[in-house]
Amino acid sequence: MGGQCPPTLSLLSLRPLRLCGLLYMTEQKTLPSKLVRNIREKSIELILFLAAFSSVATTVAILFILIKESLAFFTQISLWDFLTDTQWTPLFGDAHYGILPLLTGTLMTSMVALTVAIPMGTIAAIYLSEFASNTLREIVKPCLELLAAIPTVVYGYFALLFVSPLLQKVFPELSYFNMLSAGLVMGIMIIPFISSISEDAMRSVPLGLREGSYAMGATRLQTALKVVFPAGISGISAAYILATSRAVGETMIVAVAAGLQPKIVWHPFQQGATITAYIVQVSLGDLPHGTIEYQTIFAAGLTLVLMTLVLNIIGHFLAKHYREIY
Amino acid sequence: MSSLNLEEIRRNINRRQQINKIFAILGLLVIFVAILTLLGLILEMVIDGHSRISPDFFTSFPSRKPEKAGILAAWVGTSLVMVVTAVAAVPLGVAAAIYLEEYARKNLLADLIEINVTNLAGVPSIVYGLLALGLFVYQFNLGESILTAGLTLALLILPVVIVTTREALRAIPNNLREAAYALGASKWQMIWDHILPYSFGSILTGAIVGLSRAIGETAPIITIGALTFIAFLPDSPLREEFPYISFAWLQAPFTVMPIQMFNWVSRPNAEFHINAAAAGTVLIGMTLMMNGIAIYLRYLFRKDIKW
Repeated sequence: MGGQCPPTLSLLSLRPLRLCGLLYMTEQKTLPSKLVRNIREKSIELILFLAAFSSVATTVAILFILIKESLAFFTQISLWDFLTDTQWTPLFGDAHYGILPLLTGTLMTSMVALTVAIPMGTIAAIYLSEFASNTLREIVKPCLELLAAIPTVVYGYFALLFVSPLLQKVFPELSYFNMLSAGLVMGIMIIPFISSISEDAMRSVPLGLREGSYAMGATRLQTALKVVFPAGISGISAAYILATSRAVGETMIVAVAAGLQPKIVWHPFQQGATITAYIVQVSLGDLPHGTIEYQTIFAAGLTLVLMTLVLNIIGHFLAKHYREIY
Repeated sequence: MSSLNLEEIRRNINRRQQINKIFAILGLLVIFVAILTLLGLILEMVIDGHSRISPDFFTSFPSRKPEKAGILAAWVGTSLVMVVTAVAAVPLGVAAAIYLEEYARKNLLADLIEINVTNLAGVPSIVYGLLALGLFVYQFNLGESILTAGLTLALLILPVVIVTTREALRAIPNNLREAAYALGASKWQMIWDHILPYSFGSILTGAIVGLSRAIGETAPIITIGALTFIAFLPDSPLREEFPYISFAWLQAPFTVMPIQMFNWVSRPNAEFHINAAAAGTVLIGMTLMMNGIAIYLRYLFRKDIKW
């Protein structure tokens, strides 16, 4: 007992004692020194920061790879040809590198999909936000979210083997591969995106606005359309834009069901290739690294990224905006 | 005002109420059309494919004869790729989320990372394939292997893991953090001993939801050049002799379930479409099972927590 300090004293003198190398402390033995503790804390923070920063690194890597390969592509093909040539035949002897056919294909399938998804998604959102009881909402929302969880290749199967033959009974001139069925099925797939984001936007509209409207004698529908919808419009338009970006980037449905022939399309009954479908088509073959055919998929990918990036930025800007109004 | 008599007002109210009711029915109809169309399509697929699903289907390699072809290589490939994805994405995503939620100060860098994560979630999946092709396959020379595929999908689901983990961390009340600090815990001790165990359930749920998305991803894997016809299995990870474990399978060529299905769908022979339906049924079964587990876990962990 004689040599031991009282507990309070030893706690106070812990650090100087340790620094002097007099390590005969008893119960404080497990406490690391402040220095060790600080080093450990700082290094953990650094590791965590690096993990968080890896997402930025991913973005940089995506842009770096796409731009690097695209630059190699554009040294051989002028940007003007790329944007204005009306043929896309990089794999043929008579090679043309005009992005327009792929662009029209992408826009056509996206337009069909949005024609389905925007009205249906909006109506579903209004219903869920303004009409449905809590129980119904709790049941329906997970079901709708399951629509988005189904692998897209399965949607492609539906489009090619069920929807297409069904539509051919109505429109006999429809080809086996067509943009209409791919677009329709894609529309069903993106309904949940639109409905869940728009519903969130509408539900964040303060109750007071609704009550004011009811007090004036408006029905639920009138309140929804004339008060809640306009109040949530920026969130809802964010939903539309994010859905568009989704449709533009969708790959497997169009690769399976819309065909792989890049030509300028004017009508959804035709078959045509989208940007994404072209990348899939090329990747299925065996293209040697460094050839111009290999570089085309990166140029196409860069076009796709630029399109979705602009859409996503607008979408996030709008989504952020609506939160700050009230 | 005299022109608005009681009769007219009643008529007006009735009309508006009727439109209101019609819309309510329309709304219900739209939701059920969307859900029922999908259920109908899934049912059709299951009906088409169920005859092909047998033990043999799971234990045979793909074949030129549709009735002999199976998904052995595909489901083994999918499982191995998922292991790599989980091992890469979950620790990285959770660490990133902890930094953003517990450490990051409000500055430009933190904002940049935040915007970047939301933006990555919107990048089309095929672009991740291009990234992997340029970076993993040719820059790092990892080849068209299970490792490449797993890492690609890990990058793809990273935003999902980060976002769900952040939500889980945010749901933990601050007084728990303060209690830990009051007892002398350092920041990391507080996170490791308290925050992570409490949010474990939600993080697990998020990870499973992310993996269920990865399992159905086809486009990025096609882009890195996965083969569609594989009639062998990767090396077994377990060995008879020391050190009992081997990582040779990481470098093996592979195929996965959605690619196998894509391959069968794109053949003109209708017999193969039955195989595609069977593969699709198995794939949907896997996805729904994972989502089901996630929903159940969320329920299980939320049940006991009352802050």
